[in-house]
Formats: sequence, C-alpha cells, structure tokens
Amino acid sequence: MTALAEVSHPHTGSIDLPPLQKGGWGGFRASEHLLKTVDARLRVVACGIFALTVVGLTQIPSLLMALALAGCAAMAARLEFASTLRRMAALDGFILFVLFFLPFTVPGEGIFSLNGVTASYEGVLRAVEILLKANAVVLMIMALLGSMEPVELGHAMARLRLPVKFVHLFLFTVRYIEVLGREYRRLRTAMKARGFRLRCDPHTWRSIGYLFGMLLVRGIERAERIVTAMRCRGFQGHFHLMTEAEPVGRRDYAFVGLSVMAACALIILESLHW
Amino acid sequence: MVSEPLFRLSDLHFAYDSGQPVLTGADFTLHAGDRVALTGPNGAGKTTLLHLMVGLLKAQAGQVEAFGRLRIHEKDFVEVRPRAGLLFQDPDDQLFCPTVAEDVAFGPLNLGKSRTEARMIVRHTLARLGLEGFENRVTYKLSGGQRRLVALATVLAMNPEVLLLDEPTNALDAETRARLITILDSLPQAMIVISHDKDFLNRIARRWVRLEQGRLAEG
Repeated sequence: MTALAEVSHPHTGSIDLPPLQKGGWGGFRASEHLLKTVDARLRVVACGIFALTVVGLTQIPSLLMALALAGCAAMAARLEFASTLRRMAALDGFILFVLFFLPFTVPGEGIFSLNGVTASYEGVLRAVEILLKANAVVLMIMALLGSMEPVELGHAMARLRLPVKFVHLFLFTVRYIEVLGREYRRLRTAMKARGFRLRCDPHTWRSIGYLFGMLLVRGIERAERIVTAMRCRGFQGHFHLMTEAEPVGRRDYAFVGLSVMAACALIILESLHW
Repeated sequence: MVSEPLFRLSDLHFAYDSGQPVLTGADFTLHAGDRVALTGPNGAGKTTLLHLMVGLLKAQAGQVEAFGRLRIHEKDFVEVRPRAGLLFQDPDDQLFCPTVAEDVAFGPLNLGKSRTEARMIVRHTLARLGLEGFENRVTYKLSGGQRRLVALATVLAMNPEVLLLDEPTNALDAETRARLITILDSLPQAMIVISHDKDFLNRIARRWVRLEQGRLAEG
C-alpha cells in the first residue's frame, strides 16, 4: 500500500497538521432507528413494490389497510408527526381541487345535488379511493425514502442500475439546489435592503422577472464553470461513482420478507369481495 | 545545467468577444520550483492568463509551450491539465460530487487509476491536508474553509507538477488561512498564485510578476 501511494505521489511531503475540526454533521452514518439500518437499495425496491401494489387496489378496505401499513412504517421511521402531517396536507391541497369535481363528473346513482348539478355515489367513492391511494403512497415514500439523505438515495439508485443520466441529474440537483438557493436569498436580501417590497404592480413583476432572469443567467454561467473545472481534472464525458455496496444482512432479508408479506396481504384483501 | 521551463508563454494576445483586449503581448516563463505571485488590478486578466495556460481559453495570437511542447489544439491541452492543477476561485465550482471521497477520486479515476488506487489516493491526499475522516462528508454541507481545502485536495490528488491557484485565501478565516499557508509552503510544486493578500504572498512567493495593461512585468 505504501509502495503504491508513493508511486502515485512522488512528491509526498509529510506535513504536521492537526486533524481539522469536523463540527456539525458527519456523514450519513446515523442509525438511531430500525428502518435506517436497512440497506438503502432494499428500501427503494420495497417502496416501488408498495407503490405499484397500492396503485392497483380499488377496494376501500384494502386501501385503508395500505394507509395503515404506511402509517406503521412512518412510526417505525420515527417521522415527526407535525411536519409529516404538514407535508401530507400540502399534497392533499394539491389534489383536493381535482377530487372536488369527480363526484359531479362521474356518472352514476345521485346522492346529493349542488346548484342543480348532481353528485354521484360512484364519483364520491372514486375520489375517496384516489385520496387514500395518494396518501398511502406518499406516506410510505416519506417513511422509507424521506428518512435517508438525498445523496444516499442517489447512490442506492446508481447501485440498482437505474439509468445513469437520471442518477446524475438527481445528484447534480441535490448538490446545486442549495447553491442556487443561497444565490436567490442573497439577491432577494439585496433587493430588500434597497427597500423592495412585494406589491401588485408592474414594478414588482418586472423586478421579480429580473431576479429570476439573473438566477437563470448565473445558473448557466456556474454550469459552464463547473464543466470547465471538470475538464481540468481530466473529464472526458465518462463518470465514475465510487459507491461501496455493503453486503445485505439478516435484518435486510427480514425487511424484504415483511415487505413482500405486506404486499401479498394487500392483494389478498383486495381479492375478497366485500 | 538549465532545465527546460515548465511553461513558456510568448507574445500572447487575448480579447473576449465583447471587445476590450485583455492581454497584449504577454511573455512569461515558469521554471521548476518557481513560486510566482501574480498581481494586478481587478479585471487585469490574471484569471484569464491561468485559463490560457491550460487551454480553457484560446489566445488570438502568441504561443503556449507547456512541459516542453507547443500546445495549440484542445487535444494538446488534455494532457496539460492534470499536470498543471488549477484551483478555481469558487470551491463550489470545483466540488460537484456528492461526497468528498468521490470528488477527490474524480481526477485520478479520469486518469485511468483503478478504484482501489483511487481510494488509496483519496485517503492519502486527505491525510496530507489534515482532512482525515472527511471521506463520507457531503460536499455541499462543508464550511467555506473546509470546501477550499477539499478543492485543493481534488487538485493535489492528480499529483500535478504545477499549481495554478486563483485567489486561494479568498474568504478564509484566519485559522484556515494559516493552515493553507503551512500546506502550500510544504509543497514542492512550482506555483503561480493570484492574490490580493500581500501578507500571504510574502510568505509563499519568491518571485513577483505584475500584470498591467495586457503585459507582464517582473518585480
């Protein structure tokens, strides 16, 4: 090992430096709850299986069961109750608008009417079904994937041999969204410092337009600098991810078994006629 | 015996598309062991000069000789870049991989090193800079000073013969700045350092070059 290190580094000078204070957040090795110790790849796969199964369900009891399962997973992942609820509410607010129209557009047996338009029983059922599906899947995603670091998720996707472009797009986004966010906040603060307030007038619209235009220009310039820096380090279009897959352990197998059992239970419950 | 210079720039002319010439006949020679402070007013073209040296920009006239050969086309410079490590002004431009280990390994892997070798180089380089245990840190969560040192590690990991440092002490706290001086002072490579930090240059540089009105002057 020393020999190799010397071959690749003839200029090795040893410098006496104390190790740098690490401070803050050190890697993603935290393992304070059960789900976090499960292999990330398996969590991604389990999440996929769950989502595909739930999307196929149509019976209310099996959907309620799916939501309950997702709730159990969320508890196992120790998701914070309030913030989870807030995120789910954000999703529901998004789809409620669409769901509101369903009872009135799906034909079937009328149950009530609003302003002369009749809502159908089938439509209401359909809306409830979609609401349950969406919430069950999102809650499960938050429990299984939301509890890992984005970078860990990216690595898991790479190891699962998902399309390379997709993985890199994801990892670059993770890496630079914060840089762009910082740039946005800096510009926004600078605007505030010069007395800018959001109003509903052409001046506001124009200024916000400039702000986003400037962000776009800076984003492109930064992208160019990054590619330049990559070329300086010998980049010629080929990428190497240094991922080390940890071997799958007994706990991981137990997790897979549980996931498959849960999916089977959902399918059996669905096939019973209520 | 006078050794062959690492870089020889002769009569370089350069202007960006938008007009105003930046270099108007710049001459410069870098020998092994040289430690050059490159100074000059803002916008004088100091960064441009470094980018011309590694072929990231193309001069309109003049010659760039690097490591004993005339370099003209992109493919000539592909070989130059790993040997002349450029440290960018903003570490955020340089660090693009999710983790520190991957970022430091990026250069060596591009140079055809195996993963095992790359891992070894990573450990070794980080240890040299006092960054032990940083392998799995996420680059965007590092502090400004840590980012700068990791960016330097990514350059050193390719084991360059020349270091081109673009304002390395920019926005560093006193402690990290002192650490950087210790590190740079211990390195055997020839260097060109752009900086406005006089004290820093006094401690690193042995030769002073000033870029003004498109030309370089010693002293």
